[in-house]
Amino acid sequence: MIIIDCPHCGPRNSTEFRHAGEAGHKRPVATTDPAEWRYYLYVHDNPMGWTRETWFHGSGCRKFFSAERNTVTNEFRWIAPFGQGPAHTEESGA
Amino acid sequence: MSAAGNWRLSPQPGEVIDRSTKVNFTWNGTAVSGFAGDTIVSALMANGEQLMSRSFKYHRPRGVMTATFFDPNCSFQVGNEPNVRGAHRLVKDGDVVQAQNAWPSLKYDVRSANQAVGRFLGPGFYYKTFIKPQPLWPAYQKVLSTFAPGGKPPAIGTPHEIFDKRYAHPDVLVVGAGPAGIAAAIEAGRAGASVILVEEEYEIGGHLRFGGPAELAHLATLRAEVAALENVEVLTDSVVSGRYDDNWVGVIQRSGVWSKERMIKARVGTLVVAAGLIERPFVFEGNDLPGVMLSTAALRLTGLHAVKPGTSAVVFTANSTGDAAIERLTQSGVTIARIVDARKGETIRRALGRGHVSGVELGNGSKVQADLLVTATGWTAPTSLLNMAGDRPVWDATAARFSPADDLPSTVMATGGILGDGTTEELIAHGRAVGAEAARRATGAAPVEIPDLGRDPHPALFQSSTVGFVDFSEDVKNKDVVSAAKEGYDSSELAKRFTTSAMGPAQGKYEMINTMAVLADATNRDFQSTGTTVWRPPYAPISLGALAGRSFEPTRVSPLQGWHEAHGVEPLIAGQWIRPEHYGDPQAEALNVRTNVGIIDVTPLGKFDIQGPDAVKLLNLVYTNQWDNLAIGSVRYGVMCAEDGVVLDDGVTARLGEDRYLMTVTSSGAATVWEWMEMWLQTVHPDWQVLITPITTGMASINIAGPNSRELLSRITDIDLDPQTFPYMKVREGVVAGVENCIVWRIGFTGELSYEIHVPASYALHVWETLIDNGQDLGISAFGIEAQRILRLEKGHLIVGQDTDGLTQAHSAGLGPLIKQAKEDFAGKQELAWQEARDGDYPHLVAIETVDPALVPPEASQIVRGNNEIVGRVTSSRMSPTLRRSVALAQVPKNLSTPGSRLTIVLPNGSRAVAVVREDLAFVDPEGVRLRG
Ligand SMILES: [Zn+2]
Repeated sequence: MIIIDCPHCGPRNSTEFRHAGEAGHKRPVATTDPAEWRYYLYVHDNPMGWTRETWFHGSGCRKFFSAERNTVTNEFRWIAPFGQGPAHTEESGA
Repeated sequence: MSAAGNWRLSPQPGEVIDRSTKVNFTWNGTAVSGFAGDTIVSALMANGEQLMSRSFKYHRPRGVMTATFFDPNCSFQVGNEPNVRGAHRLVKDGDVVQAQNAWPSLKYDVRSANQAVGRFLGPGFYYKTFIKPQPLWPAYQKVLSTFAPGGKPPAIGTPHEIFDKRYAHPDVLVVGAGPAGIAAAIEAGRAGASVILVEEEYEIGGHLRFGGPAELAHLATLRAEVAALENVEVLTDSVVSGRYDDNWVGVIQRSGVWSKERMIKARVGTLVVAAGLIERPFVFEGNDLPGVMLSTAALRLTGLHAVKPGTSAVVFTANSTGDAAIERLTQSGVTIARIVDARKGETIRRALGRGHVSGVELGNGSKVQADLLVTATGWTAPTSLLNMAGDRPVWDATAARFSPADDLPSTVMATGGILGDGTTEELIAHGRAVGAEAARRATGAAPVEIPDLGRDPHPALFQSSTVGFVDFSEDVKNKDVVSAAKEGYDSSELAKRFTTSAMGPAQGKYEMINTMAVLADATNRDFQSTGTTVWRPPYAPISLGALAGRSFEPTRVSPLQGWHEAHGVEPLIAGQWIRPEHYGDPQAEALNVRTNVGIIDVTPLGKFDIQGPDAVKLLNLVYTNQWDNLAIGSVRYGVMCAEDGVVLDDGVTARLGEDRYLMTVTSSGAATVWEWMEMWLQTVHPDWQVLITPITTGMASINIAGPNSRELLSRITDIDLDPQTFPYMKVREGVVAGVENCIVWRIGFTGELSYEIHVPASYALHVWETLIDNGQDLGISAFGIEAQRILRLEKGHLIVGQDTDGLTQAHSAGLGPLIKQAKEDFAGKQELAWQEARDGDYPHLVAIETVDPALVPPEASQIVRGNNEIVGRVTSSRMSPTLRRSVALAQVPKNLSTPGSRLTIVLPNGSRAVAVVREDLAFVDPEGVRLRG
C-alpha cells in the first residue's frame, strides 16, 4: 500500500484516498455529440509512466487534489491543491 | 513405532526441552510422551518414530528432512486443525495427532500403488488433463481428490477461534533473529530507533542456538544486550509474510498474543532483511527415504531437542556445517560409517532401503550400511523479501547460490547469511553496522560505514547421476523437469508450472534452485540465463483467520437499536448499518400500515444540510428535474443520474429557507452522493457558494404511515396538520413530543398518508416511545424494512439498485417526466437526450402479475423469449397482503413492455411461469388518493 502525501493532511495510507481520474479531460459543452461525449467519458490516455491525475481524500480532509504520478513506480513528482500544480511539461504527458 | 526404545540424548548445553515437564499425547491413536519444548516431530523421533507421512502423489513413506516449519512431509492433523507444521508446532498435553494423507494407515497405505501407476501422473498431468473435454473435469477432480494431500478442515459448527490485528510504525523492523539480525536490532535500538525484531522460531538466535560452545556464548551475550533495550520489541514464533509498497510489511504473530494469531500491519522506516540461509537438499535416488536429512536438521534435533536421529550415519559434506554435524553426531553416540567429502570430489549415488535408509551407494559404486544419511550440499538465500522490494538477485557461481543484486531502495537493507559469509564475529559486526545505518536512515542521524561481507566458495552440488526428488511436497523428480524441458517448457517459470515443482507448501524454498539446476543441465545453459522465478508474497502460509481477523470497519446503528432489540427485531445487515428487518410478521406489519398506523426507523437515510446562495444551482446540476421553482416549505422528489445517464440515486429534498435545503438520499448511496456533490463543487464550480454538511447520524428519522397517522401525530405536536395548510409534499419545522427543532414532511413511499420526522438523534427514543404510547388506541405497531419493501412494491415505487442496475438509464426506469432537458445543464443530460431519441428502444420497468396469483417468482428470475433467449428479469417480487396475490416489477424490452404483454419467467427449478404486464406501476391506489388524503 503506497503512502500519499495529501497537500492538506500530510502522508496517509492510500486506502484513505480514491483515484478520481486523469486530469486535463475537459467536460464537453452541452451541444456535444455522442462521439465526443463518449470519448470524454470512456477513453483515457492511461500512460505507462508519468501522468497527471486527480485524487480524493475521502477518509481525511475530503478535498480533491491534483498530482503527477509515475504509473510504473508510483512515485509522485508533485502533489498540490486542486488545479494548483506546476504548468504542463513535455514529459508530463497529459 | 518403527524402532522402539529411547532415542533421547543426555542433556545438551543448548537444549530447549524442559525435562521436568512431561507432555502426553497420542500419535495415530497410540499414547506417546515427550517434554515441554518438544515439537511434535522431535517428540515422535525421541520415541523412535521416523515415518511421518505419505507423499502427495506416490504415497511414498516420508520422514524428517529439515526439522523446520517448512519440512515438506511433516504436516499433521492435530485435533480438528489440519496441516499443522509438526517440526515447528510445540506438542501440548492431550494433543491428538494423526498422520495425514495415509489410508487406511500410515504403514500400509493402499494408494502407494500409485508408485506403479506413476506414469499416468507424469509431469504436465494437470496441464494435459484439464485441457479438454471440459465436461469431464468434475470427474477428473473427483478421482484426483481421493489422492489429494492435506487433513480435514474443522466440521461446520466448530467454535471458531479469535484472530486479531494490530498496526505498528517501527523505525526499523529486522526480519530474522540470527546473529546478524539480533546485532542489527541492538544497534538500531541503541541509536534510539523504535525496533521490532521478528523471528520465525520460538527463540532468537538462529543457527547459534544449535551450534557449539562458542556460538552459545555469543548468543548469551546478544540475548542479554537485546533484553536490556526497552525500545526493541522481540516477536518470536512470528513471520514476515510480505513487503509491499513504501515498506508496508505484514507480520503474522502465531503465539505470544491473547488471540490464536495476530496480523501486524507495519509501516516500517527501514526494513532490515536478515533471513539467513536455507540448507538445500541434494537430488539422488532415495533422497526422500526416512533417514535422509539435512545437516542442519541433524544439528537441530541433537542440539535443541536432544534427539538422536540414527545409529550409524553416512555424512555427505561440502561445508563446515556438514563437518559440525559429523562432530555432533559423534558426540551423540552415532557411529560415523563414512564421511563423503564433496570438496575432495567424492559423491553419493543413491540411498538404499525400502521404507527407511539401510545403506548408501557411493559415487564409486561401493555400498555402506547406515540408517542415517546426512547431506550438507549447499545453501539457498531466501531472497523473497528483497525480491518484493524490487531486487533481482544474481547467481554467484563461486558460492553456488543467489545473492542480492544490491538494487534495493534506501529503505531496505540486508545483513547476515543472505548477503554473505563470515565468522560469527564478522556476522555480528556487519549486523551492528547495518542496524545503526538502518536507524540513521529512519531517524536522520549520521551515516554509518558498513563492512564488506564476502561469500565463501562452495562446490555447486545439485544432483547425482540417479533419479531423485526435487520437490518433496509435490513429488516431482529431476527426470520430470527434464521431460518438461523436452516438451518445450524450458523456461523456469513454465517448467515450474508444468511440473508443479516448487508449487507446494514450501513454495520453492527447498526446491527452486535444484529445479533450475536440473533445467539448466537439461537445456545446456548456465544458471543465470536459466533465470529464477520471482518470489511473491506471502513468504509463509497464512491462515485465513489471520487475514480475516478482527474487522476495524465500524458498525452503525440508530439510537433506536436498543428498542428494536427489546422488541424481538430480526436484524438486517445493510452495508455498515444494522437495520430492523421485521419484528416477527412482516406481512401483518404491512397490512397494519394499510389499515391503522405504523412507524418505521429510517435513520440510516442519508441526510445532507445544504446551505448557501448557490445551493439551488447544485440541486439543478445533480438532479435531473427542476428546482428553481421549489417554494420554501415544500418537498420534491428527485432523481440523480451519472454522466452516462444511469440512475445514481433518488430521494426527496426540502426547501427549509431562502438558501437552506435538507436533502435525503438512499442509505447505501449516501457516501457516493456526498462525494459526487463535492466533486462538482470543488473541481467544476469552485466559485459557487454552497456548504454541504452530512447530518445522517445527527438526526434520527422516523416514518409514520397509515390512515391514522395524522391523528397520531396531532396528539404530540403543535404543528398544524390540517391537510389544507399542510398538504402532501410539504415540510414544517416545529416541536414533536416536546422536542424542538424537529423537521416533519409529508411524503408517501409506502403509498399511505405519511409523515416523516427528523429529530435530533439523542431525543429519538423519546419521540419513538411517545408515538407508541399515544398510538395504542389507533392500532399502532412498528414495522421493519421488509414491510416497507412490500408496501412500496404494492405502490409501484422503485428502489435504485434493486429495480435499476448499473446500465439502467433514467428513461428505462420510467422517470421521463422527471427529466427536464430545458435546463441548461445537469449530470447525464446529454445521454438522456440521446436515450429519449431512441423512441422507447431500451429496457422498460413494468409491473407484472403472474397468471397464478399464488406464485411469487424469485427476484432476479430471468424472462425469456422463444428458445431461451434472455430478454429481461424480475427485479422485485413479494406476496401482497393487501391484494392477496403476488406483485412484481420487471425489466423487459420495448416490445414486451406494452400493457397486456405476456411474459415467460424461468423459475429456479427450471419450470416456466406466465405473467402479464400491467397498465400502471402501482398495484394499490394508482390515483394516489390515500397518500394525498
Ligand atoms: Zn487530506
